[in-house]
Amino acid sequence: MRDPNAADGPPRLRLNPILCDGVGYCAEIVPELIRLDDWGYPIVERRPLEDGRLQRLARRAVAQCPRVALALTAAEDTRGS
Amino acid sequence: MLESHRAGAGPTALPPRAPAPHASPRLLAGPQPERGAESFAEHRERLGARPTGGDWMIEVLERSGLRGRGGGWFPAGRKWRAVSDHVEERPALVVVNASEGEPLSAKDRTLALHRPHLILDGAQVAAESVGAEGIVIYLSSPSRPLVRALHRSLRERRDAGVREVPVRVVRTAHRYVAGESSAVVRRLNGGPSKPGFAPPYPSERGVGGRPTLVHNAETIANTALVARFGDAWFRARGTAGAPGTALVTLSGSVRHPGVYEIDVGTPLVDAIGLAGGVAGATAGVLVGGYAGTWIAPAAVAHLRLTPDEVALGCGVLGVLGGHGCGLSESARIADYLARQSAGQCGPCVHGLRAIADAMLRIAASDANPGDLERVRRWALQVTGRGGCHHPDGAIHNVVSALEAFPDHLALHLRGMPCHGWADGALPPPPRSTPGWR
Repeated sequence: MRDPNAADGPPRLRLNPILCDGVGYCAEIVPELIRLDDWGYPIVERRPLEDGRLQRLARRAVAQCPRVALALTAAEDTRGS
Repeated sequence: MLESHRAGAGPTALPPRAPAPHASPRLLAGPQPERGAESFAEHRERLGARPTGGDWMIEVLERSGLRGRGGGWFPAGRKWRAVSDHVEERPALVVVNASEGEPLSAKDRTLALHRPHLILDGAQVAAESVGAEGIVIYLSSPSRPLVRALHRSLRERRDAGVREVPVRVVRTAHRYVAGESSAVVRRLNGGPSKPGFAPPYPSERGVGGRPTLVHNAETIANTALVARFGDAWFRARGTAGAPGTALVTLSGSVRHPGVYEIDVGTPLVDAIGLAGGVAGATAGVLVGGYAGTWIAPAAVAHLRLTPDEVALGCGVLGVLGGHGCGLSESARIADYLARQSAGQCGPCVHGLRAIADAMLRIAASDANPGDLERVRRWALQVTGRGGCHHPDGAIHNVVSALEAFPDHLALHLRGMPCHGWADGALPPPPRSTPGWR
């Protein structure tokens, strides 16, 4: 995983769906960016995060994920989901 | 005719008659199909010795415009370049993917059984060009006759005294996703043949950490011809966007199901004609395989088989005649694909199951109120959320069936019985077996 601060531009959230078990903390921490599907798995907004408050909440969601499935990545890294 | 190697699989044989002269084959040129595998001596007499690979070949391949025939149609030259760019620290590995997890496809094993030396030549040229010290031929487990045939072909080459990069044959469980390139890498690293989550990509860090070139068998076979005859020769057939010929597997209501070679860009109706056509009217065609697109009856006449018009996938053409019902076929396929999930990602595990169950009720003319609306909502919700594209392909099949067959759909939703639900036109999906190795 690249260091989000090393790249140009704002970071964005990236979910590894193989690691994700649908624990759901992330959607409670930052509902503006993450909602849950019909089975309780997160649907993650992939837009770059310009807003400082959203960036802070996103960082907290990343830190709180017990499966380490969520990451903040460089905005221009559009690979994966 | 060859026997099927896979229970419930579609056709595996070359057609009983030669294709029309305008479509003179490249990959399937040579001895008659009844003769089985072309020997190394025959192969060399027909095509001459293969050139030695090198950097020159990567350039020729880039100019040739060859695109991957495994399903993605990704430019082959770019893949070779990416691997050779990462080869500085460690030698690379070339993997020829002939696992052919798509149940309606028979082209890779047909090619490997009849023209093994085209594939082995291409793999050697690739290894020399990208700097690989090993080659793996990756097959699925029900392919024992193919394994024996390949070992025979490898022995012929050794006996002829050619010095080549060592080749290993590896088999894996027959699974729909086992041929996905990250699943191939995981299996060869000793794990299950389940997709991984990139990065790293195989071209960066693949098997044993080595840059790994994973190519479909038909793609590799094409490189053996490009190396001999050059990029201009290759571009003389096919379209500007997708040059060359392609192997297609025709199944369903055609008179002579089997594997045929067409120019990319051939009209769909001409391809169906190669297989003897359909008795009566065409009720729809599945193009590209289980993860492919349903073509409505009225659209069949206008479609050209190029990846720029329709997702050609691995070249599967499943043809429905007369009473065939694309909705019922799609529901059966969705059910199979739900069972074939690697079970790793929640949206795939739960979403595909739910979509398939609702589609099975619709196909049986026994839908619950709201089933159709839920399928459409889940389709939007689940697409793009797997670690690989397995759920996307299954959903694409279902959504395109709902679009292509509105009249059928209306009848099914009114609870009217349907012939196509009782009697499928396509070979039924195989049974899902346990195990990932």
